Amino acid sequence: MASQVLRRLLTRSLNKQLCVTERHASGFQFVPDTPDPKLGKTEKKNLYQAVTDALDIVLASDPTAVVFGEDVHFGGVFRCTVGLAQKYGKDRVFNTPLSEQGIAGFGIGLATAGATAIAEIQFADYVYPAFDQLVNEAAKYRYRSGNMFNCGRLTIRMPCGAVGHGAHYHSQSPEAYFAHTPGLKVVIPRSPIQTKGLLLASIRDNNPVVFMEPKVLYRLAEEQVPVADYEILLSTAEVIREGSDVTMVAWGKQLYVLHEVCDMAKDQLGVSCELIDLRTILPWDQDTVCKSVCKTGRLLVSHEAPLTQGFAAEVVSTVQAECFLHLEAPAARVCGWDTPFPHIFEPFYVPDKWRCFEAVKRITSY
Amino acid sequence: AKKVSFCSMFRIRSFSGRFRPLWFVCSRFVSSRSLASGVKGEQSLYPGSRLSYSSDVDECKPKPPGKLPDEGVSAFRILDSGGHVIDAKQDPNIPEEQLVKMYQTMVLLNTTDKILNESQRQGRISFYMTSDGEEATHIGSAAALDSNDLIFGQYRETGVLLWRGFTLFEMINQCYGNHLDGGKGRQMPVHYGSDHLNFQTISSPLGTQMPQAPGAAYALKRAGTGNCVVCYFGDGAASEGDAHAGLNFAATLDCPVIFFCRNNGFAISTPTEEQYRGDGIVSRGPGYGIESVRVDGNDMLAVYSVTKAAREVCVRENRPFLIEAMTYRIGHHSTSDDSSAYRSTDDVNYWDKQHPIKNAYNYLLSRGIWSESQDKEFKQEQKKLVMDTLREAERQLKPSVKELFRDVYDEMPPHIERQWNEVQQHVAAYADQYPANFDHDHES
Repeated sequence: MASQVLRRLLTRSLNKQLCVTERHASGFQFVPDTPDPKLGKTEKKNLYQAVTDALDIVLASDPTAVVFGEDVHFGGVFRCTVGLAQKYGKDRVFNTPLSEQGIAGFGIGLATAGATAIAEIQFADYVYPAFDQLVNEAAKYRYRSGNMFNCGRLTIRMPCGAVGHGAHYHSQSPEAYFAHTPGLKVVIPRSPIQTKGLLLASIRDNNPVVFMEPKVLYRLAEEQVPVADYEILLSTAEVIREGSDVTMVAWGKQLYVLHEVCDMAKDQLGVSCELIDLRTILPWDQDTVCKSVCKTGRLLVSHEAPLTQGFAAEVVSTVQAECFLHLEAPAARVCGWDTPFPHIFEPFYVPDKWRCFEAVKRITSY
Repeated sequence: AKKVSFCSMFRIRSFSGRFRPLWFVCSRFVSSRSLASGVKGEQSLYPGSRLSYSSDVDECKPKPPGKLPDEGVSAFRILDSGGHVIDAKQDPNIPEEQLVKMYQTMVLLNTTDKILNESQRQGRISFYMTSDGEEATHIGSAAALDSNDLIFGQYRETGVLLWRGFTLFEMINQCYGNHLDGGKGRQMPVHYGSDHLNFQTISSPLGTQMPQAPGAAYALKRAGTGNCVVCYFGDGAASEGDAHAGLNFAATLDCPVIFFCRNNGFAISTPTEEQYRGDGIVSRGPGYGIESVRVDGNDMLAVYSVTKAAREVCVRENRPFLIEAMTYRIGHHSTSDDSSAYRSTDDVNYWDKQHPIKNAYNYLLSRGIWSESQDKEFKQEQKKLVMDTLREAERQLKPSVKELFRDVYDEMPPHIERQWNEVQQHVAAYADQYPANFDHDHES
């Protein structure tokens, strides 16, 4: 402890002399899963390679499948489509003009005419021009036509979330906007193994799916990913750590922040936390979450998106209605602040482990 | 003077990756004598276009220069205002039987429109939109297509559906939202769709179909069906961002899609002078690299002719085509509109005299394949048919309330199932407060 303090003081003093400013790290540690042995042979992959793997499997097995968006042909700005154009040809892996509304509309047209359409939006922050196509068209396509038509074969992928320096327009998590739209599905994976299985399930699901990939995990998250073609069921939450005192719900990278908080709570407070990955935001697995809260009596939901009207509000609302008499304390939401995602202030903005730990303290001493 | 060498026939790849004749790659290093004289100069290798340099700034502006020209692109017509063929060489030689069917379909549409419009005024249906004055744009184009060509409409293309075989019963059931409505009572009247007739269900947001159509065309191209997609839209919808996106995607991705603009002069109350400053919609095509043509939309034969030609190009060469059909919206925008608030009845009356149905009628008469007495009888028949169908549709039950909850997804998820159960219990407890003419659920 003393040596840590000394080291920090020395580093700071040295940095000041060298005029070097500290760049805070992303503040979490990725925790790899062990792959299901039933799925057989595995290969080490990071998250973007897991995306490529899933797309490769679909392109190989489904002759109608096409992958398109800005810059996907050369491999994509996050390398998710590397090698696919060479392997499957320009007519199947192609660039579109720079227009998200065009990409989404084009994808809907492809899907309704019988092709498997996998669209890429370069950053979730740029999805809004496509909002009309997704909300007014894709989401309502089957319903409004009396099931004569549908665009279920559309999947639209986009990188989301904080990356350390992304600020307003390279850090957003817009899941709440889409969660409010009946007819869409919204899926957010936490790891390479999850990404491959959930993306394959999303592409094959016969409803339009918005698939958000936490970009900070693209390179950083590495796991032994099964080589096989496997799917992970949509609308099923996963209890990734069992516990008895507090239910924690999150998705994407925030789960790793909470992993550490679980350890801190155990070590410092003697509190046992149950950690749930929601995985699918819409339609979400209410049963798994409510069952957990009825057991623990306490709920904490955490996401990077702003607090007001973020998806935590939906989870908390439902839980208080279903588990009211089991609650020992008000539910806690630890989220981004109600501001645009800032640049230099990111360390103060994100729901870090200290804020989450404080919330655990609060709800266990209520 | 241009430098031409024996190498001009050899095409070599320049550093920008484009094939260029050798002579002009060499000419990059030639003196700029031609530039000083203001004559079109050396070729440029900027990757964004094929272009030369010039010292004359007027040569550097696309025509027309910055303001509305005195006269725009001409509109193609085959029939004059009296319904006579102007140039026999242009006659598309449509078989007589088909000509009569085309005319009859236009009459059926116009007759149905009048009656359904009236039925909204009587409170029998909630809303309606007529196609008065634009019938030739529908039937002329629809008759030139293959029945497997996929259609994306805006909302004023009912004649296209009727041509393909949409029955009056299907149409009026949709307007009433009864249990026989293919759309299951979910949308406002005139939001038709038909999977077996390859006509995508109409949605209210304008222009959204415009990037969807090239997407569908791309899928059809890859599937090798030999069909094209036709995307109808109006002069107002052409201002939407989706219109720009759709045209650009269709061109860059080589999609076999016909963009068919019904320029009827109005977007509700907004006249075209307030919608755009350039020469209508046809002038935009070249900006996207799309072959475009303007046609007299009130001339059934001309519309047929340009659509047929466009279709051949689309399907053979896998590239889009833009047709702008000039016409006039004789009716109001919808039953929620009273156009006397923003235009003179003189204008409306003028265009009623130029009505496409009158035009086609005169043509058929001149060909001796239709008569005044046949016309009278036919119109009476159609009126009776529409009235009978209206009465039949009116007495049908509405769909089961479970249809409110179905088809949000391919399968009903638990949270929606819970809400359906809640509604059932609620309506059972408050039955008198809710409409009773809804069918019970047949599937469970």
